[in-house]
Amino acid sequence: MHIAEGYLPPIQAAAWFAVSTPFVVHGSRALVQQVRRDPESKLLLGAAGAFTFVLSALKIPSVTGSCSHPTGTGLGAVLFRPPVMSVLGGIVLLFQAVLLAHGGLSTLGANIFSMAIVGPWVAYAVYALIRRLGGGLDVAVFAAAALGDLATYCVTSAQLALAFPDPATGFVGALVKFGGIFAVTQIPLAVSEGLLSVLVVRLLTRVSGDELRRLGVLRKPAVQA
Amino acid sequence: MKRFSRINLLLLLAVVLLAVAPVALGLGSGEEPFAGADALAEQAIVDDHPDYEPWFSPIYEPPSGEVESALFALQAALGAGFLGYYFGVARTRRRCRIAEQPHE
Repeated sequence: MHIAEGYLPPIQAAAWFAVSTPFVVHGSRALVQQVRRDPESKLLLGAAGAFTFVLSALKIPSVTGSCSHPTGTGLGAVLFRPPVMSVLGGIVLLFQAVLLAHGGLSTLGANIFSMAIVGPWVAYAVYALIRRLGGGLDVAVFAAAALGDLATYCVTSAQLALAFPDPATGFVGALVKFGGIFAVTQIPLAVSEGLLSVLVVRLLTRVSGDELRRLGVLRKPAVQA
Repeated sequence: MKRFSRINLLLLLAVVLLAVAPVALGLGSGEEPFAGADALAEQAIVDDHPDYEPWFSPIYEPPSGEVESALFALQAALGAGFLGYYFGVARTRRRCRIAEQPHE
């Protein structure tokens, strides 16, 4: 989902920065508040960031014969709400743009929008909906992480289609083309990310029940296993 | 093995299978099988819009593929290291808590 350095026209690159900046500013405030209100959650906050760090570094083969990577932002969005993830995801993208020449500084605004804003919000919306409908924690976390991951790649496809409409078929043709490259490749990876997020939440439920209860992820007293 | 651990192992196994299956089934094609989707998108742009000139280039680029993969490995290692640290701390805390309140 990394749009390469210089691969968005200057005006569009600037526009994506303009769209993403308020989210990141608001997210930084939310992050500071979270740490003030619940200083003990700092470590778990770091773990959520670390999860994104690991998953976005793993390029995994997919059924389309190409490689892509999960985003890992769904887990943090479920635990700490999406605004916090716009900061954590932004840090990951900045690290990759500066040190790995993966993504870029000029396209950072667009990449933050897809991976650190839309992904987490979609994940959180899916999670909240399933929980409200009475779905279990595992199911909600799986669907949230998988669909958030997929949403990120759909946004990237749309961003590229806007910037580079197909010469013959325009925006729609380009959307299909980039969707074929990104979104289809991403389906098995999204499933993987969902499964890994469920795994981490299961382990957290086991060792960090109190934290999860404070964050509102667990409601009932933990069952002693 | 307890049910809890068994399910966790199954989850991990499913992830490994999902990653290995495409390679094992030989689904890769073209000049470079299993190239990165980001690079493929870049290629698609260059093919359809040959007159587009990227107007900005990376400030720093890893000098070789090896250095790049080292940095990616570093990124994954930092993340995995911290996750391991977290679970170590959380597990120990929980044990201490249980030891303090034996009647809970």
